[in-house]
Amino acid sequence: MALLEVVDVSKTFPGVKALDGVSFTLQPGEVHALVGENGAGKSTLIKVLTGVYQPDRGEIHYQGQPRSFAAPMDAQRAGISTIYQEVNLIPLMSVAQNLFLGREPRNAVGMIDRGRMEREAREILAEYGVTADVRRRLGTLPLGAQQMVALARAVMIDARVVIMDEPTSSLEPREVQTLFSVIRRLHGQGIGIVYVSHRMDELYEICESVTILRDGRLVHTGRLADLERIELVSLMLGREMSEVRRQGFTEFGGDHETPEGAGPVLRVDGLTSRTKLHDVTFDVRPGEVVGLGGLLGAGRSETIKAIGGAYPLDGGTVEVDGVSLKRPTTERAVKAGIAVQPEDRKAEGIVAGLSVRDNIALAVLSKTSRFGIVSDARIDEIVQRYMSRLRIKASGPDQRVGDLSGGNQQKVLLARLLATGPKVLLLDEPTRGIDVGAKAEVQSLIEELAAEGLGVVLVSSDAEELVEGSDRVVVLRDGAVVGHLTGDRVTTEDLMASIAAAAPESPA
Amino acid sequence: MKTLNAGVPATAGSTGPNGVERTDRTDRIVGLVQRQGALAVLVTVTLVALAVFPDFRSLDNAGTILVAAAPPMLIALGMTFVILTGGIDLSVGSLYVLGGVLAAWASQYGFVYALLVPLAVCGGIGLFNGLLIAYTRMAPFIVTLAALLGARGVMRAISDEGSTTYVVESDAFGTLGTGSLLGIGNQVWLAALLVLIGMVVLARTGFGQSVFALGGSEDAAGLMGVAVRRTKIGVYVLSGLLAGLAGAVNAAKLGSGVTVLGAGMELDAIAAVVIGGTLLTGGAGSIGGTVAGVLLLGVIQNMINQVGDLNSNWQQVISGTFLAVVVVAQTVLNRLRRVH
Amino acid sequence: MTTTTIKTRPTDLSRVRTWLPEYGVYLAIALLIAYNIVFTPYFLTVSNLRIQLIQVAPIVIVALGMALVIGTEGIDLSVGSVMALAAALIPLYLGYGVVAAILASLVAGLAVGLINGLLVARVGLQPIVATLALFVGGRGLAVVVSDGKLKDIRNPGMLYLGSGDLFGLPVLVWIAAALVLVVAFVVRRTVFGRRLLAVGGNRPAAELAGLPVKRVLITVYVTCAVLASIAGLLSVARIQSSDASAVGLLIELSAITAVVVGGTPLTGGKVKVVGTVAGAILMQLVIATMIKHDLGPSTAEMAQAVIILVAVYVARERTTR
Repeated sequence: MALLEVVDVSKTFPGVKALDGVSFTLQPGEVHALVGENGAGKSTLIKVLTGVYQPDRGEIHYQGQPRSFAAPMDAQRAGISTIYQEVNLIPLMSVAQNLFLGREPRNAVGMIDRGRMEREAREILAEYGVTADVRRRLGTLPLGAQQMVALARAVMIDARVVIMDEPTSSLEPREVQTLFSVIRRLHGQGIGIVYVSHRMDELYEICESVTILRDGRLVHTGRLADLERIELVSLMLGREMSEVRRQGFTEFGGDHETPEGAGPVLRVDGLTSRTKLHDVTFDVRPGEVVGLGGLLGAGRSETIKAIGGAYPLDGGTVEVDGVSLKRPTTERAVKAGIAVQPEDRKAEGIVAGLSVRDNIALAVLSKTSRFGIVSDARIDEIVQRYMSRLRIKASGPDQRVGDLSGGNQQKVLLARLLATGPKVLLLDEPTRGIDVGAKAEVQSLIEELAAEGLGVVLVSSDAEELVEGSDRVVVLRDGAVVGHLTGDRVTTEDLMASIAAAAPESPA
Repeated sequence: MKTLNAGVPATAGSTGPNGVERTDRTDRIVGLVQRQGALAVLVTVTLVALAVFPDFRSLDNAGTILVAAAPPMLIALGMTFVILTGGIDLSVGSLYVLGGVLAAWASQYGFVYALLVPLAVCGGIGLFNGLLIAYTRMAPFIVTLAALLGARGVMRAISDEGSTTYVVESDAFGTLGTGSLLGIGNQVWLAALLVLIGMVVLARTGFGQSVFALGGSEDAAGLMGVAVRRTKIGVYVLSGLLAGLAGAVNAAKLGSGVTVLGAGMELDAIAAVVIGGTLLTGGAGSIGGTVAGVLLLGVIQNMINQVGDLNSNWQQVISGTFLAVVVVAQTVLNRLRRVH
Repeated sequence: MTTTTIKTRPTDLSRVRTWLPEYGVYLAIALLIAYNIVFTPYFLTVSNLRIQLIQVAPIVIVALGMALVIGTEGIDLSVGSVMALAAALIPLYLGYGVVAAILASLVAGLAVGLINGLLVARVGLQPIVATLALFVGGRGLAVVVSDGKLKDIRNPGMLYLGSGDLFGLPVLVWIAAALVLVVAFVVRRTVFGRRLLAVGGNRPAAELAGLPVKRVLITVYVTCAVLASIAGLLSVARIQSSDASAVGLLIELSAITAVVVGGTPLTGGKVKVVGTVAGAILMQLVIATMIKHDLGPSTAEMAQAVIILVAVYVARERTTR
């Protein structure tokens, strides 16, 4: 009997079909990989399993019974626990308190028995390789140890199913091994584990079966050992759809002309940031589109943000037109001609409450003003220019950006970047979450801009888009550059091979 | 899927052996300063006072300080719970005054009413605060600021716009404020008892753990099964009850319900709590620290009184300065800790 | 930009929800005025209207600054203390002339605003925490500075500010009106105003767009404190005495109420200048109406408490989309 079974589940959000008839089965004692790129529907599926969302259609069977969970606590009480990527415990409380919160051992008069709690916590955590003082604040432990505490807590509350959402994204190799030995033990106890990760090595080391989602649909499920790495990657990235897409789906042409003898417009040298980036080096010439390839968590967004001065760096330099940005801040980066389109449009891009005009003019206010007073004439001129050039569909420049469609929001954001007259454009998933028409428009715009001599850095989870849009691709894995694709090698096959290649040794 | 570009990098921390050690030491020092800082300053200030002011040295004076500190202690005790959840209660100053007036008025019906009426009314207003904060998710400072005003209104309404002063008519009730046991004022005993109970509740009950969890991370606490709403309501009720009790005790001591506003009582309480090492953002702190904070402010007030020609409003200036220093230090120390 | 009409087709209920927090205040004012014209004797007299305007002026001035701060998703609890400080400094410097006295109180506001702004923008404290220190200590400092005494003001220049007339209206009201115009202009027409709204609307986005976020924040808190100090010195001029322990007591509550009632959400990104003025006038009218009908300040206080809760509650409905 399956431990947990999801049958034909669909979930729609306004404008997006996040899950479309997905089925998924977890056996007792099975470690089941759940993979897919951004927006594939993994997190929606997890949220349906844990009671955060209610499915629009379909059923969940748990231990043979149809069940529905109204809230995360319901699922947890029934024995389905989730370990999130960011540890969801209380950093300011002690390790023991975190482990026992809500189920503290009591003494004869009903008071919490601290001694016993700490003793039991020590015993339990020893099994998970955590030897730290359990009276310490959780937040002072290394993340790996915190993750173990979360896991121990989940298992302690009689979990039958443990869902792990990117549990290793901030762990050291040694900690990963400890985690794996714990997973093997849970496996021995008949606990079912849903393991979400993008690290190929890990998946093949620990998981028996795999379910692959793409665009809200189930594309494959089966034994992992029967699937080659390259097959897995191509299923995730939707390789076989390439034929369909070739028929005019991406608007990208081919290679771009770069002026002869022109030096790089952007030089990135040795960017390093704690565990996230390791010595990332590349350059971009004017008129060139350089793609950043790699899976989720490879450090693509971090690289983009670091160049734009919005991510703390421990080392490395950024040069625009040969001029080094000392201690990059967002202000300096914009002044130097760097324009960043962040991945999360709503959270970091548009200002939803302001009008189209205000959003476009945001970064050029000082240029369009005299003595601190803005000139509406000049702003209107800029706004008009970009609204028509980018074909922004709004009832007028005064419409609130929050009321526009995703594609038009994205265009407003791009208009703001272009209005600053940038030399380098850093685009993080420029076509995510926008409709097909807008997607094509954005793609041809990137093409045009490169033709005009801008240097473009492109991040896209859509392999076709990345390969067709880029002149060169820099492949990242675990925050380090692991490959360069140039010339004829800029193909999806080479990209996937480069991503899937087993790392000789995990980067330190 | 969860995006990795959350703006701020996860607190990765250097996990090499050296890194851990350094984190450890910084953390211990930070923790020590946070927990014992107020106590250390209290001891220092007291020693200075002992050396400088001859009048400070008498037992009488110690008694005066403690008696004067009892009502603020009760208010600060409730405030500690509220702030630990990451909230704030600005209404306690008004509730304190309201409690005093109600106690004096109700004392004509006897001891029990003199105690129960202020507790019921102030606890009720606390409940109202808690319900609004828990269920509508309105900001605590707005809700309790409105309650500050509302409670003032109620107080003025029952005292004929502040013109009627009720006199305490129950001798038994008066004893609560004027009597003493073993040479120590009754209200000091009461405050001490409640502080002890508060410490036990905070450290040894599920409610106490929930309070810490809520202040540490409301979302995580919810996912870990903490009854978020119930805990929030609980702390505001507690705060209202203690503020009302403090007012009643004060009325018993003065023999009447004074309608002159205890303006700033809420601010003194907040200052004492924060000086005592409780994070204003919630999640960490202790009642022991709050006791040290209250006593520190009490000793300073006493010293200011000893210097005859010094304006007693220096108290507020010193509170504010302490508050700023402590809050900035906490932030800077925490950032320091995160860097390692 | 503050009165963008939002095109909403959906149900009537949701239209009411967006309409109410923005324009409810004007409706309430109209209703109250209508009520007073019918039921309150001598309401529509020049002298009564003058008194109402004079009383509301300081609140309007403080609320303007508060609106800017709230527009950045902040809050400033220290405005009352700033008023007290400004008031306390007036008699000390009046000996050097009116200008010196005014400058001294403005500098005090500037200093307080700078401290608040640095704590928020540089140290990174939550605004409520950052302004709490001066909320606690500022008034005490003011009382210490003024030696705890109530001081009468007899300087003709100051008195003119407080009770003089210009073209038939009190100088006080002219000043408040001028400040309203200036702030409205700043919000709508200046680089600073637009940056402020962007910072309040989406701080990470403003940062990524290369805006000087910290400088904007510091400027906002300085502006708020300076406006509060103007309100403080005008209050002194009006009452003709300086009492640091009473000037501006609880004004932070009145100011926040005026701002919120006027349709500026506590979540930032929007500043309603005219609405804020209307909010202050509404609260003034409520209190005046009650006093006229022999309801004591107690009722007025309770009514004010209810109004602020309702206003915040209604505004909250809209922001949690």
